[in-house]
Amino acid sequence: MPKNDVAAVRLNGVAISFDLADRRRYDAVAPTDLAVGENEFVAIVGPTGCGKSTLLNATAGLLRPASGTVDIFGVPLSGINRQAGYLFQQDALMPWKTVIDNVAIGLEIAGTARTEALKTARHWLERVGLGAFCDRYPQMLSGGQRKRVGLAQVLIRDPRLLLMDEPFGPLDAQTRQIMGDLLLKLWSEDRKAVMFVTHDLDEAIALSDRVVIMSAGPRSHIIGDFPVTLERPRNVAEIRHDPDFIRLHRDIWDALRDQVMKAYDNTAGAAA
Amino acid sequence: MNRSLLLLLQILVALVVVALWHLASATTLFGNPKTIAFFFANPLGVAERIWTWFSSGSIWYHLGITLTEAALAFLIGSFGGVVFGFWFARKPLVAAVFDPYVKAANALPRVVLAPIFALWFGLGIWSKVALGVTLVFFIVFFNVYQGVKEVSQPVLNNGRMLGMNERQLLRHIYLPSALSWVFSSLHTSVGFAVVGAVVGEYLGSAAGLGYLIHQAEGVFDVVGVFAGMFVLMGFVLVVDGLVTLVERKLLAWRAS
Repeated sequence: MPKNDVAAVRLNGVAISFDLADRRRYDAVAPTDLAVGENEFVAIVGPTGCGKSTLLNATAGLLRPASGTVDIFGVPLSGINRQAGYLFQQDALMPWKTVIDNVAIGLEIAGTARTEALKTARHWLERVGLGAFCDRYPQMLSGGQRKRVGLAQVLIRDPRLLLMDEPFGPLDAQTRQIMGDLLLKLWSEDRKAVMFVTHDLDEAIALSDRVVIMSAGPRSHIIGDFPVTLERPRNVAEIRHDPDFIRLHRDIWDALRDQVMKAYDNTAGAAA
Repeated sequence: MNRSLLLLLQILVALVVVALWHLASATTLFGNPKTIAFFFANPLGVAERIWTWFSSGSIWYHLGITLTEAALAFLIGSFGGVVFGFWFARKPLVAAVFDPYVKAANALPRVVLAPIFALWFGLGIWSKVALGVTLVFFIVFFNVYQGVKEVSQPVLNNGRMLGMNERQLLRHIYLPSALSWVFSSLHTSVGFAVVGAVVGEYLGSAAGLGYLIHQAEGVFDVVGVFAGMFVLMGFVLVVDGLVTLVERKLLAWRAS
């Protein structure tokens, strides 16, 4: 990304700490710099518990960094990030609203008339392949279908920045690939800036333009930044067999392996 | 299990109990039937009494009074519970300050309040409504409090990221979440509204099912007591069935 371009996200020395129950402080993320370009799809990969989700929450404005600043399209962030759509790892749909009401709500609270909002919501549900499920409740859908609703719920507001926190983590392998393809298809239409957090390196390479590797916590920091030059459009299931994919995967894994083992030792030590 | 088979078995239980009761109060199988009938009444007498009440229409007045008291107690208690539950859940300081008083008030057996309410609100329906309110209020209050406290964090964060302000979070997330807890406690709170009404009537009134039972007890009319109890049980079953219907409608989103 050229230096003078206005980045969608620019983290300047963002550090994140938590107060523990016993009055100690846990420094989850050491001061970190990271920029995401305006049409860039950046995947953040790291071992479990490395603080990659907290970095995402700081970008969303759900969490205040202990130090450092977050700039969104050149403007310092304070409070909730109004430019961002956030797809959560956990179920975040309102279970008491039907699927179509869940999707329409983002427009309704912004002042769009209900009939208009419902029309647009129906259109978005058709785009994610759920046109026939408008009047169901989320509980009646499968995990993959709920993620599709979540995607429509976020994209209907047309945010300039997409934040995704292991969105497909709870799904089975095949469904993840299908969701990855759906995401790429929708993304390719207007190429929003994306910050995609995952612990799955395959998924990160298959989807993104850049893979950022974080070290194991505490004081987690960025230890690698790899451009992914694989051609688009990509097929998430098949790109794994591409020689370039395999080479890139080996390079990144070399950087990641030590951190994964370290994180594993940390948790094993805590358990012992 | 098959539904009709279940119903059949349920009816069978009633038939066996009534048959045993009849044998005990009409034959010498379990001892002197006159003594047994004096203490436990006899099913035919009870059925006859209930028939008389319904055919003469005198029971409807009492049922109406009890129903009115229970309904008012339920509505007022629920409303208060929702308002205070919300207030306490959203203002942790208020909740912390009042915590011991809420616990103390809830621990008080409501029966001891009945004479005081009779003193304050008279012997009409309002002293019974007040008694029911003290029962319903706490059930709804605790459920709403829990419901607001335990709103799913991802759902709440999602609402924020979708652009909801505090008022919209309240309307689209906190309130539905709290109400789902209230609805799931409907059976308990409606039941307690009826208990409040009947106990209040029992302790001092001029109408209602509790009054009917109390009157019969006063003159050792065991048949009347049992008839009153059976009408009360039927009444509660009908109300509970209605609650189930309402619940099915309101909590449709929970069904899978």
